[in-house]
Amino acid sequence: MFLSMNWIGDFVDLSGLDKKSLIKNFTLSTAEVEDIIEKGSEISGVVVAKILSVENHPESKKLHLLKVDKGDEVVDIVCGAPNVREGMKVALATLGGRIGEITIAPRKLAGYTSYGMCCSEAELGISDDNSGLWEITDDIPLGTDIKSVYGIDDIIFEVDNKSLTNRPDLWSHYGIAREFATITGRELKCPDLLDASQFDSLPPVLVDVKATELCYRYSAIKVENVTRKLSPVDMRIRLYYCGSRAINFLADLTNYVMMELGQPMHAFDNAKVDRIEVQCFPEGFKFATLDGVERNIDENMLMITSGNSPVAIAGVMGGDASKIEDDTTSLLLESATFDGVSVRKTTTRLGLRTDASQRYEKMLDPELCRVATERVLKLILDLDPEARVISSFTDVYAKHYETITLEFDKRYVDRYTGIDIPTETIVKTLTSLGFGLTVKGDSFTATVPSWRATKDVTIKADIIEEITRIYGYDNFEIFTAESPILPVRKEVLKSEEDRMKDLLVKSYRLHEVHSYIWSDIKKNEELGISTPENVRIINAQTPDHAIIRRSMIPTLLSFVKENKGYAEDFGIFEIGHTVDGLRDNGECDEQNKLGVVLYSKTQGEEAIFLRAAAAVRELAQDILHKAPEFKNAEPDYDFEHPVNSFDILVDGVKIGFLAVPHPTVLENIDKKCAVAFFEIKTESFASAPVARLKYAEPSKFPTVEIDVTFAAAPSSLDFPSLAATAKESAGELLSDMWVKDIYSAEDGSYATTLRFSFLSRERTLTKQELGVVVDGIIAAFAKAGIAVK
Amino acid sequence: MQVKIEELKKSFVEALSSAGSAEALESLRVEYLGKKGHIAGLMAELRFAEDKKAAGHLINGLKVYVEGEIERATEELRAAAIAAKVRSAKKYNPTLRFPEELGSYHPITLATREVEEVFISMGFTIENYDEIVDDYKCFEALNIPKHHPARDMQDTYYLDNGQLLKTHTSAAQNYIMRKHGAPLRAIFPGRCFRNESTDACHENTFFQLEGMMIDENISISNLIYFMKTMLSEVFQRDVKVRLRPGFFPFVEPGFELDISCEICGGEGCPSCKNSGWLELCPCGMIHPNVLREGGIDTEKYSGFAFGLGLTRLAMMKYGVKDIRDFNSGNLKALSQFKSN
Repeated sequence: MFLSMNWIGDFVDLSGLDKKSLIKNFTLSTAEVEDIIEKGSEISGVVVAKILSVENHPESKKLHLLKVDKGDEVVDIVCGAPNVREGMKVALATLGGRIGEITIAPRKLAGYTSYGMCCSEAELGISDDNSGLWEITDDIPLGTDIKSVYGIDDIIFEVDNKSLTNRPDLWSHYGIAREFATITGRELKCPDLLDASQFDSLPPVLVDVKATELCYRYSAIKVENVTRKLSPVDMRIRLYYCGSRAINFLADLTNYVMMELGQPMHAFDNAKVDRIEVQCFPEGFKFATLDGVERNIDENMLMITSGNSPVAIAGVMGGDASKIEDDTTSLLLESATFDGVSVRKTTTRLGLRTDASQRYEKMLDPELCRVATERVLKLILDLDPEARVISSFTDVYAKHYETITLEFDKRYVDRYTGIDIPTETIVKTLTSLGFGLTVKGDSFTATVPSWRATKDVTIKADIIEEITRIYGYDNFEIFTAESPILPVRKEVLKSEEDRMKDLLVKSYRLHEVHSYIWSDIKKNEELGISTPENVRIINAQTPDHAIIRRSMIPTLLSFVKENKGYAEDFGIFEIGHTVDGLRDNGECDEQNKLGVVLYSKTQGEEAIFLRAAAAVRELAQDILHKAPEFKNAEPDYDFEHPVNSFDILVDGVKIGFLAVPHPTVLENIDKKCAVAFFEIKTESFASAPVARLKYAEPSKFPTVEIDVTFAAAPSSLDFPSLAATAKESAGELLSDMWVKDIYSAEDGSYATTLRFSFLSRERTLTKQELGVVVDGIIAAFAKAGIAVK
Repeated sequence: MQVKIEELKKSFVEALSSAGSAEALESLRVEYLGKKGHIAGLMAELRFAEDKKAAGHLINGLKVYVEGEIERATEELRAAAIAAKVRSAKKYNPTLRFPEELGSYHPITLATREVEEVFISMGFTIENYDEIVDDYKCFEALNIPKHHPARDMQDTYYLDNGQLLKTHTSAAQNYIMRKHGAPLRAIFPGRCFRNESTDACHENTFFQLEGMMIDENISISNLIYFMKTMLSEVFQRDVKVRLRPGFFPFVEPGFELDISCEICGGEGCPSCKNSGWLELCPCGMIHPNVLREGGIDTEKYSGFAFGLGLTRLAMMKYGVKDIRDFNSGNLKALSQFKSN
């Protein structure tokens, strides 16, 4: 919203104050100012002048040769404007004057010298009309500097609309002027009004508010014989500076008063609208608004009708058929308060937001209706003395807001602010903002002014804001809290996720990525992955992003594909949220999951797969101090390999899966590469009980390691059960066992070397002794079908 | 005997001078000090000597001399060998570069950890919460009733089961209050979603960090103190802060907190739209309705809350220009964040 300092100056005298620093203070005390624009500073030396004669240029069809009286001198002007006329008063930029970038100097045009320039409104920056010269109709002596009579010099500032969401009273110059008055401690003046009670004896307007729940107040008055067509110059300049456009006197008036007082108003042509009903229609229909667009009205939209024929969408826009035309002289003036939520719903459904609807949405103060009407009447009758009011001020006040009274004491203010704001300051601030205040010792009773009572100020804490924002947050002394500090621990899940990240980044040198919570159906298709049904986003930007992901892996596989050029070998991971369908209560079964994908162009699939398995083992060992189990299982998803897919279990509970991609998926990623991945529910990981670290005294005797090679493919080794077999056979002496080497011969046969590690706490083990033990293990393995090579 | 001993000593000295290797020294040792060596031979002849005591003394002197000399020679040889090793050593070049395979953290992880550390040091707990919540948690419990214009500010992704993707971390406030009760001080870093089109400055998926402190007598003065302290720690400089009134339904009073612009130092530059200030974080005193929904006695307790844009903070900290880089999965961008 744009605001004019000149206009604000009508209501509060800010003379002697630096306007720009005032505006800065406004940002700190009220709402954010986004921009400050100085108007008129680029205009100088422009005076009121009169065209004495007009001659056609002998060679140019467009140009005219003028004699212009600028008060002290008659000068020759060459002018191309089409509307030049003898006797016309114009704005003349004199020699040495400035219009924007141009400094006026004698200038030759088609053989004739021009000693100045007659200006259009657009050239002076007071409207966008560039069709011809600005004709000055006011009675002003020739030679008068136009800036001394018209409000061309102004400071316009733009306030962020969003920061005014909760302040219906600030959608007007008057409301903003009240803030300035409070900030500066100066007095707020009342606008000039015309007391409407003098028309009480005239016949009323027929007003029937049927939808009383959607309309707080509807007031109307009729005026006739309005003959003035053009608004005064200053009014037009202010409208233009504040982002509107002058149209004609009647249309400008309602606009002007809305910008001045915040009350949207509508003027109907009284010849077409002479009575009013406020109602909804049971069925939808089409309705043409005054911008010439046909709109679909539905049964929820509040309409203004006249004799049950719709004439306006309440609070949004008037109808085309009843609008003010250039020849309209009598009008029915509406000043009403509609329900903000209803107006907002209507604008959303119509896709039509107007200056009026924007204000209604904020919950306007119904008390404004009469004030605004009296202001319009004052302006009409002052500016067009022939105009006549022909009805009483007809007022249907269907619904009142309750008066809000808030009680609080100085102690409450002190506690909430943490500082000591003097009672006089509190009183002065609240009174200046329009609160009714009674003070008894340290206790206050504040009556909230009607313009703040529609939703904005309702509780004690709201009063704190009023006091403190004017006091100034920069003026606060700041203190730490007195609360004791207690030891803190991170949520288990958070700290375990942190440890997982550290391990994967530091030990496995993986890269952490983030992806979206929804599946990317198109990217999945490119990889040959079908997207499993799941909870859906109903307003997704594209249908491709509508399904929430169940697994982290598909997106990570897409990332791997997109990063193929990054390195020959790399791995990525993400800890994020997924949804495993709905719980019994209908809510999403949201899960925190870790997804890891490894990629290699230099190593085989089995090696990558085993590395992934090692990572799972290390994660479990590091965080839970436990070994996970792997169980070959049917894949959960179609992107997993039907053979090489494994459930990961901890304490017998499935916490995730480890797999290599389905060959189709792998080919779609890269024909010559190896990929392996796993996914773990971090929450079930975090909730699995952590085994306590156990300390064993180190043995004083050396460890002996013996390698034995078996004629067996690694896939045929059920490692956990073999380990159990070996332990059973060798007893306490066997301290560990692992795969030392895998050999695959050209004929397709395999050999796997296992290393057995022996240790005694009592003695140095001898070769003979261990020979017997190893023979025992070999015999036990043979029984299990694993032959020594 | 004495002559014999003298001759043996002479021949040893000769032999020693030509023994140039560890092997030669060892055979010399065996030749003289071995069981069947020269010195043992002399000892065997001792019984024939005239003055047994004097001769014994001499033989023993020789033995000690031979032992010492062999040890000295061995030591010299070893020292020479080491010196030769040093002389012939190959010189290495640490400036040669080979591919460094380091993993990397997501920049949001790094930024979050930094902020978390600051708050842990000030006694705040670190909370965890869902990304998918219901209308109550995201709006109603935060004093944003249906049709409240504040909902316009946040375009929400709605799910077909009636839930929604949370639009702000404030959606965790009710959960945290219900979990801890008062007094509490907690932060919650989390991911938020807004249904809007993306460009270099806008993402539909981004991170915020919610902070809350509730106790008896928590005041606006405390709020400013904590925000200033926290931000000074995060930016590792004495940050100037200023508060402006800002409207958020879940706080009263509500503020927009600006920090002095890091780029121009408050002089005014294009980054801060010439104001010298950067809008960083909305905050305020928790609205009594919100406390009440969280089961907290509003007569006894008050509190403040703030929402820090973690994604924006990471952009500022690391100079990331395009917000979309964060969710791109592009390792050329993301693998740069190695340190922690």
